[in-house]
Amino acid sequence: MEKPRFATKAAKAVAVVVVLGLVLIPFLVIVSTSLASNREVVDNGGWVLWPSDPTLRAYRTILDGGIVTKALGVSVGLTVAGTLLSLACTTFLAYALARPGVFGGRPVLLLILFTFLFPPGMIPAFLLVKGVGMMDTYAALIAPVLINVFNLIVLRGFFQGIPEELYEAARLDGAGDWHILWRIVLPLSKAALAVVSLFYAVSYWNAWFHASIYMESDHWPLSQVLRTYVIGGSQIADTGLSEAGQVSAPQTTQMAVLVIATVPILLVYPFLQRYFTKGVLTGAIKS
Amino acid sequence: MVPGLAYFLVFHYGAFIANAVAFKEYVPFDGLWASPWVGTANFERMFGDPDFWHAMWNTLFIAVLQLVFFFPAPLALALLLHSLTSDLLRRLTQSVIYLPHFLSWVVVVALFQQVLGDTGLLNTTLSDAGLHTVDIIGNPDAYKPLVVIEVIWKDAGWGTIIFLAALMQVDEQLYEASAIDGAGPWRRFWHVTLPSIRPIIILLLIMRLGDILSVGFEQMLLQRQSVGPEVGEVLDTFVFWQGIVGGDTGYAAAAGLFKGVVGAALVFTANRVAHRLGEQGVYK
Repeated sequence: MEKPRFATKAAKAVAVVVVLGLVLIPFLVIVSTSLASNREVVDNGGWVLWPSDPTLRAYRTILDGGIVTKALGVSVGLTVAGTLLSLACTTFLAYALARPGVFGGRPVLLLILFTFLFPPGMIPAFLLVKGVGMMDTYAALIAPVLINVFNLIVLRGFFQGIPEELYEAARLDGAGDWHILWRIVLPLSKAALAVVSLFYAVSYWNAWFHASIYMESDHWPLSQVLRTYVIGGSQIADTGLSEAGQVSAPQTTQMAVLVIATVPILLVYPFLQRYFTKGVLTGAIKS
Repeated sequence: MVPGLAYFLVFHYGAFIANAVAFKEYVPFDGLWASPWVGTANFERMFGDPDFWHAMWNTLFIAVLQLVFFFPAPLALALLLHSLTSDLLRRLTQSVIYLPHFLSWVVVVALFQQVLGDTGLLNTTLSDAGLHTVDIIGNPDAYKPLVVIEVIWKDAGWGTIIFLAALMQVDEQLYEASAIDGAGPWRRFWHVTLPSIRPIIILLLIMRLGDILSVGFEQMLLQRQSVGPEVGEVLDTFVFWQGIVGGDTGYAAAAGLFKGVVGAALVFTANRVAHRLGEQGVYK
């Protein structure tokens, strides 16, 4: 190919910079504002691009045992427990569906794909959770979303890609299904498992709607707290958000909640990012 | 296999059966099964309800905006990324643009409010510069473009993955051959790149069509208040408002069921059209 012209190059560079800026600047502003002192925020009209004198006061205030601390605990617990349960159930089901000759494999697969095409709907799902007595239990946030069909298909595709000879060899050595799954299939599927667990963890961490309809405020995860105090703009002081009773500029406090809700994702993201393309595509192409 | 299957039977098929409530007058005290059947009364009421048609109109309007502006965005971004010659820059950009996909709608909406709200970054900057401030978040006219811009910000980067993979599989020799035949960059794009990734584009388009009546439930619900139901109500929020907030369960379930049936019908139709045109479609 001939060398691209200078104008094309420049246009591309500008486009890339604009795209990067659009994503990164909001993050920068929010982190900066959460770290700024109250006075600086007020002087700036509510905004700080780069704090001149960073302080962790906003974080100390909200993490002092008030509602944010509690919600953080709920979110962490929900994410860990939910991810482990979902990952286990998805793996078992994907393995069963990936092996030829499992009793009822084909109809079960169709049965599952059908739910993808025709989801049951919000009201029936709500009635069901209510009907089985799961209101205001953490089970209501896990059980209805236990297995994600897309994740299931990704894993199944991956398991099917493992050479048949490995299964046969293991069988000859007298290994059962559990043994094969644990010793052979799982170690070979690390990339897919990493992606699927990230997807589950993110969805549990971000879960908001179900929490808002199923849970009492004592059991709210962080996203519902964020919705109430940042988007809803409810006053922070009169709800016990800060037990210490310090009056902090609401802007810095709001930004701090926002940062706390985002940071865990930013932390796991770089470790798992390299698996994305591989994991997502095996699933997408196979399905 | 048993717990997984049990999950699908209970929470999908169980809930599926609970759709029967759409044909009932739900009385909470009696429960789902004892409530009286009312035939299609809920559906008849729905078709005569101006609020329902409002929600329908908003849904379709936003869906069309998304189709025109959001659908091509990942493709354009992917083409840009694909054309970058520096490997490092491309990877860096990819990492950054995937990121917003992993933020929840609560975070994204909060973020947009903080940047574009009346005391947000944009307006503070404008008023500092002595200019007029603009009310974007609370302005009903700006609502529909705003929600589409939010979706683009959140998911356009993530959407590039599948296009990038498709672009990677385009045969280099085709480019070389057409370059030798004297095709310029635009001709190569038009006659080599686009036809090569056409199946993927059509596949995604079909999937989008099947989902056309779902235009971001959480996103809409979070922002419905700021502009009111006239502008902000879509089918999903209509179902939520009627059924879960208003307690009009049978009626809301009817609206939800209607949405589901139309969506499934659209996928089948789109898939069939794709087959007719000689494309692969989605199978299923």
